[in-house]
Amino acid sequence: MILKPRLEDLKIIGFYLGKIILGLAFTMVIPILTGLFSKELNPTLDFIIGIEISVFLGLLLLKVCHTEKDLNWMQGMIVVSLSWVVAMFLGAVPLYLSGHWKSFLDACFDAMSGFATTGLILVQDLDHLSYTHNLWRHLIMFLGGQGIVVIALSFFVRGFSGAFKMYVGEARDEKILPNVVHTSRFIWMVSFVYLVLGTLALGITGIFNGMKPVNSFFHGACIFMAAFDTGGFSPQSQSILYYHSFVYEVITIIIMVLGALNFKLHYHLWMGNRKEIFRNIETSTLFVTIIVTFSIIAVGLAQIGSYPSVATLFRKGFYQLISGHTGTGFQTIYAQQFLVDWNHLALAGVILAMALGGAVCSTTGAIKMLRIGIIFKAFKEDLKRIIMPERALIIEKFHHIKEVFLEDKMIRSALIITLAYIILYGIGALVGMFYGHPFSNALFESTSAAANVGLSCGITNIAMPAGLKITYIIQMWAGRLEFMSVFTILGFLIAAIKGK
Amino acid sequence: MKINYKLTLIILFLTLAAYPKAPVFPQVISSSELIKNAKEYDGKLITYSGEVIGEVMLRGDFAWVNINDGDNALGIWMSAPLAKEIKFTGNYKTRGDKLEIVGIFNRACLEHGGDLDIHAQRLRKLGEGREINQRLNPDKKNLSLILFGALFLIWILTLFKRR
Repeated sequence: MILKPRLEDLKIIGFYLGKIILGLAFTMVIPILTGLFSKELNPTLDFIIGIEISVFLGLLLLKVCHTEKDLNWMQGMIVVSLSWVVAMFLGAVPLYLSGHWKSFLDACFDAMSGFATTGLILVQDLDHLSYTHNLWRHLIMFLGGQGIVVIALSFFVRGFSGAFKMYVGEARDEKILPNVVHTSRFIWMVSFVYLVLGTLALGITGIFNGMKPVNSFFHGACIFMAAFDTGGFSPQSQSILYYHSFVYEVITIIIMVLGALNFKLHYHLWMGNRKEIFRNIETSTLFVTIIVTFSIIAVGLAQIGSYPSVATLFRKGFYQLISGHTGTGFQTIYAQQFLVDWNHLALAGVILAMALGGAVCSTTGAIKMLRIGIIFKAFKEDLKRIIMPERALIIEKFHHIKEVFLEDKMIRSALIITLAYIILYGIGALVGMFYGHPFSNALFESTSAAANVGLSCGITNIAMPAGLKITYIIQMWAGRLEFMSVFTILGFLIAAIKGK
Repeated sequence: MKINYKLTLIILFLTLAAYPKAPVFPQVISSSELIKNAKEYDGKLITYSGEVIGEVMLRGDFAWVNINDGDNALGIWMSAPLAKEIKFTGNYKTRGDKLEIVGIFNRACLEHGGDLDIHAQRLRKLGEGREINQRLNPDKKNLSLILFGALFLIWILTLFKRR
């Protein structure tokens, strides 16, 4: 028998949602300060309105739903999935007020794209967007990459047992430190250290490239946030092509790869355990998949002679590959070039890389390396079972921080999530085809949205039908949360309708 | 009168030689058209126009300038003296100079790592950029004040509830 949710459930969900909204509101202080510093009056007002609406809603929920009770698993999951939807609406308010988005739906699309670290955009006249709004676009990637709930856990929530339930609901099933709040704070510490180093590297490179110092460091900070959080927004409409710099491309590749690594691996590297990077199943799988997918792309590009030399083929092919594989979405070619200069084989290589993604407990989306590694190990185990004598005891293990024995429940879990992603990629492709796009293009854009990548072959634009925009928003949301909390909210809605 | 054909021919030849090469595509081509049919225009002298955006990035004797025609921004590689003619570049507070560029279009430039770009030979300023006057939007100002009032009300209500 399905039980109908009680009023108590709604109150608990509302109360914790209110806390997270207040946390989100607090982050809008950063663009307000930027606006005041850069003397951008109207953009500052956009964020004052945004923060007022957020604080109003947050306080209202805290007062109306006040409770002393802790979250259970179901409530924790629902709080997480709703937090991301509410964050999208609230984050879109200052964007829409700027006048650079044609409709509120477009602003919501970009806000979800930012929070989910996707990078697909519908912004208009990006090259004339204010510093204030540009910083917000990149900041929401930084916040979303770490996780909206992680922010609340790190700074606004004083340890409660329901914290772990929300942490897991945000697709982070690995604790780096015994306490989940300490884990969240470690994730932030890593991110801040890299933010300083990355901004310095990009800022100095920018100055050498002929940019003015203030602008160069602003771009450096924005590009770092988008690269490390594998988001893919950029302050200019040309993405990384704007900078015309090989060094800039190399630095962003390094940052993208760092962002695609497991935070747990970062912790062990920081603790001096450098061998872990070579032994870990995720990094070894990532290395293999990069070689395989790049080979596919290189053969495809060589077939049609897209680039005049091996060096240019490598530079263009490898950059788009790393950008796609890590789920970032930076481009050093124009979106339409995917269709006119790349053949189907090269596109298939990028689609495959996008679908696979980076490490678990990182800022990337998609199926992820640990699951791919586990599935590969399971195949290996089954092959051994066929080859070896019946009485032979076959044990498969892998190294992920420690030696782990392969168990059936791990394989099952990896296969279910992989299947869910494949279905999600497929549904988006079907919707794209329904709106008249060819299969390969529709699959490319759908995979990019659902795997939170952001590479585009040109389908994503303001003229795109509202139905397709909404489909991609749902894909970005479900893909970022890795389904569990999305399934819970669907179950909750069914229980609310059919329950007794 | 006797016409000196030899002299006329020499003058005509020198005039043609001194005059810059005329573009194969003298009419302005949009960025979308250039990207879509890049193979057709590859290596040809073309005309492109749009607003200078971002910054002029000097690289030794040359400079990178990005020009947006409304659809996309394309990278233009030009000599530093040519780039010095640019006074305004487009951003939030400024409209950039509007330029017409005549140059060689490269689908995948060998010199610049396979970038799609234009190597400018000459430019013509179609319009001077300007600073954009910022005025406080009264609707936004009023809305923020109303919301501030609502927040204040909630705060007062919270105080009453506590008592």
